[in-house]
Amino acid sequence: MSYVGISPDEERRMLEAIGVSSFEDLLRDLPADERITHPLAVTGPLSEIEVRRRFGAWADSNDVAHAASFLGGGVYDHYIPAAVNAIGMRPEFATAYTPYQPEVAQGTLTAIFEFQSMIVELTGCAVANASLYDGCTAVCEAALLARTHTGRRAIVVAGAVHPHIVEVLRTYLEADVRVVEERNGTCPPDALAAALGPDVAGVVYQHPNFFGLLENPQAIHERAHQAGALAIASCDPIALALLEPPGRGSDGTAADIVVGEALCFGNTPSLGGPALGYFACSDALLRRMPGRIAAETVDKQGRRGYVLTLQTREQHIRREKATSNICTNQGLLALRATVYLGLMGREGLIEVANLCVQKTHHAARLASAVPGYRLVHGGAFFREFVLECPVDAAAVVTAGRADGILPGVDLGRFRPEWKRHLLVAVTEQRSAEEIERWVSVLRRAGGGK
Amino acid sequence: MTRERRLLIEQGGPGHRGPALPAPDVPVRPLAELLPGARLRASLDLPQVSEPEVVRHFVELSTLNHHVDKGFYPLGSCTMKHNPKINDEIAALPGFALAHPLAGDAAHPGALQVIVELQKALAEITGFAAVTTQPAAGAHGEMTGLLMIRAYHRARGEGDRRRKVLVPDSAHGTNPASVHLAGWEVVTVKSASDARVDVAAFKAALDDQTAAIMFTLPNTLGLFEPQIVEVTRAAREAGALCYMDGANLNALVGLVRPGDLGFDCMHINLHKTFSTPHGGGGPGAGPVAVSAALEPFLPVPVVREVGGRPVSDFDRPQSIGRVHTHYGNFGILVRALVYISSLGASGLTQVSRQAILNANYLMRRLANSYELPFPRACMHEFVLSGRGLRRHGVKTLDVAKRLLDFGVHAPTVYFPLIVEEALMIEPTETETLDRLDHFAGAMERIAREAVEQPDLLKEAPLTTPVSRLDEGRAARELVLHWRARARTRPVPQGTTTGA
Repeated sequence: MSYVGISPDEERRMLEAIGVSSFEDLLRDLPADERITHPLAVTGPLSEIEVRRRFGAWADSNDVAHAASFLGGGVYDHYIPAAVNAIGMRPEFATAYTPYQPEVAQGTLTAIFEFQSMIVELTGCAVANASLYDGCTAVCEAALLARTHTGRRAIVVAGAVHPHIVEVLRTYLEADVRVVEERNGTCPPDALAAALGPDVAGVVYQHPNFFGLLENPQAIHERAHQAGALAIASCDPIALALLEPPGRGSDGTAADIVVGEALCFGNTPSLGGPALGYFACSDALLRRMPGRIAAETVDKQGRRGYVLTLQTREQHIRREKATSNICTNQGLLALRATVYLGLMGREGLIEVANLCVQKTHHAARLASAVPGYRLVHGGAFFREFVLECPVDAAAVVTAGRADGILPGVDLGRFRPEWKRHLLVAVTEQRSAEEIERWVSVLRRAGGGK
Repeated sequence: MTRERRLLIEQGGPGHRGPALPAPDVPVRPLAELLPGARLRASLDLPQVSEPEVVRHFVELSTLNHHVDKGFYPLGSCTMKHNPKINDEIAALPGFALAHPLAGDAAHPGALQVIVELQKALAEITGFAAVTTQPAAGAHGEMTGLLMIRAYHRARGEGDRRRKVLVPDSAHGTNPASVHLAGWEVVTVKSASDARVDVAAFKAALDDQTAAIMFTLPNTLGLFEPQIVEVTRAAREAGALCYMDGANLNALVGLVRPGDLGFDCMHINLHKTFSTPHGGGGPGAGPVAVSAALEPFLPVPVVREVGGRPVSDFDRPQSIGRVHTHYGNFGILVRALVYISSLGASGLTQVSRQAILNANYLMRRLANSYELPFPRACMHEFVLSGRGLRRHGVKTLDVAKRLLDFGVHAPTVYFPLIVEEALMIEPTETETLDRLDHFAGAMERIAREAVEQPDLLKEAPLTTPVSRLDEGRAARELVLHWRARARTRPVPQGTTTGA
């Protein structure tokens, strides 16, 4: 297969026009001793038919394709309306790049502006950017922002933040990350207050948290602000259709930065990437915000249009003094999220969130009635809960695979003491019948009938 | 007159809605009972629009974009080449698209095998020992590489001393920004008068505090550095490691391998060289390839084959830790491996050959009408200067805007910073001679217009959906979302989207 656009005859004419006798004359600067002399050892060339056969076999070996999924932990099986795919596949969006020439990029820029608008509405914050790599790096960028803004170094993290996010934070900030252990699954405000001090730049919490439980945002914001730290909320944006927006409220009671993973808005799991980080913050932090920002303006005829703005924050202008090293955003995923939110709209998104709550609680009630199983935590939960199993969670997962059910995430992969804990998520896609089959898997794996 | 284009929030209203959801098939209870103590929101001000109108809204928006499937896109340093459609179809197969990262290795052996195969292919193409696919983009890869280099120096007890990174003044802005993020100091090294590395200056700047050098190859002027091996050797002798910014790898595939040139580490922008769609700004992917010396420090998990099966290996005591929640931008990794497999060794080598040929052809032709500051054979891209047009009152920005009227995208402008009024042109290998000639013709005509009708260029573009936009006003008013817009001014009346 080849995608080049020049024939051998044209190549001859071009070399003549350049004024060299052979292509090799153009490579005189390359070190002769280091040139590749053997063909690269890679598979191919393959025709499309062969590509489909080879990759199709790999895809088919993944047993997720036709199973009912109760997996969560940040990546959920939400429905993607057909129109999202139809728009998201359009090459006008997919094969454009960063809108450096706004006169021929109003499609991308307008969609970014609408994305920012909907994130502002959901989070309650004053401003939002055009997106970041994923929810996890959005948390890291928020932590870095808190450090530059406050001039302090430490970041305090609530214990029920996704363990992988804590790991990545540690890669970025090393010993400056301090974790306040959760109590009964949520962040204890007294222990949080005790962990704060004059060196703390920001407090990071997740809401709903890694276990699916709702935190007490006001209590966390107040403790953070009393200590002079920024309050950073990492929120599932579908939950925000129902929950009070953490970024809204008078000074002291609102989060300063709200970030999260918006993959759930019209994008596929794809083994966890590409994902879609959103980033929203207060007006006071706008000029420290990382990433691209679209703004409304007018053209020479006074017509409405959109441009990238406040670019003097960015690396291509500020270099080592930039607010972040980030260059790209997740444009295509943000577009799909915008189409998703446009389609679902106010009623649709609330319905999705409500169906998640109803079905999750239904599943939790049924599971608690199966001998040997119990809910680990007592607090309010959104679309996810931790189930203690009478056997290793891994055994439940294996039992489910045989029945076309992915019963949940085995939390033993995070901590050995959680090896009997199964993290279960139930989205609007799961039917009552699938939930019954899931319960049967629990029963069978637990040794019951 | 064309119908005024409105934002989604300005369309529809109560009673309008999109796709229906199934009625609840489980017992429904009040939210206050299910979420005791939770503070719920009072309102949610999202659009209320029917599906047909949402589709029209976005299809109309799509028509306002220039994109590589429509026309030439010579955006220097961004490698806007054809994105084969088969790549997207394969990535959308349910077995890949629905794979869940926490399902456990046994649930998705095929997905992990794609990662293993891609790692092998990228290591072979770049000449390195190992690859991590975790970084989500080039800049993320830079940071990952620098953290590995930091871990390497620490393991040798030199971490506290080696805190400086040498970066040429022609580098991409992400390089110094990433150095800063790693907590290190940037030492900028001026380029020589021929825009290439000043070897003497580089050697003079190296000392026992140098942690690394960062180099873009070919450099951002599209020139290969003939003395690169001397530079990397000097750096290594000084105890520093050599990082290569792989943004310009499209010039090197099948010709030379960075690992053979003395580099220890590089990131690879899959969305550039390996042809995954750029998506209006992303997603990209920035896997990092490393030499054997850096392999112990790779992020966890390392995906590798054990007994013929791919596994996620967490037992890596010297690892820098995780840099991504999961395995990186897997959907992009699939596309890149499809591309590599489709082309094979012969096709991959042709990529760089044709990219270099196309760039040199355009460069020679345009050198007659624009200033070519460094008249040497280029690699996959080249940089012109528009400073000669200044005497007519015309800036490079005006040339870029006028190009839009010819149905092509503008080159990268005002970068690299070391060339005045820079125009950075990267045609890529997938363009035909006919397309190159059309672009050259447009550039030549614009050079004539600069002399004969300079005012026309300052007004350009004339045929795009909007004319030049007031960026100063955007930065002053900061209308960043539709609620702010509603505060500052009403919906403009009588505006059109063009003819």
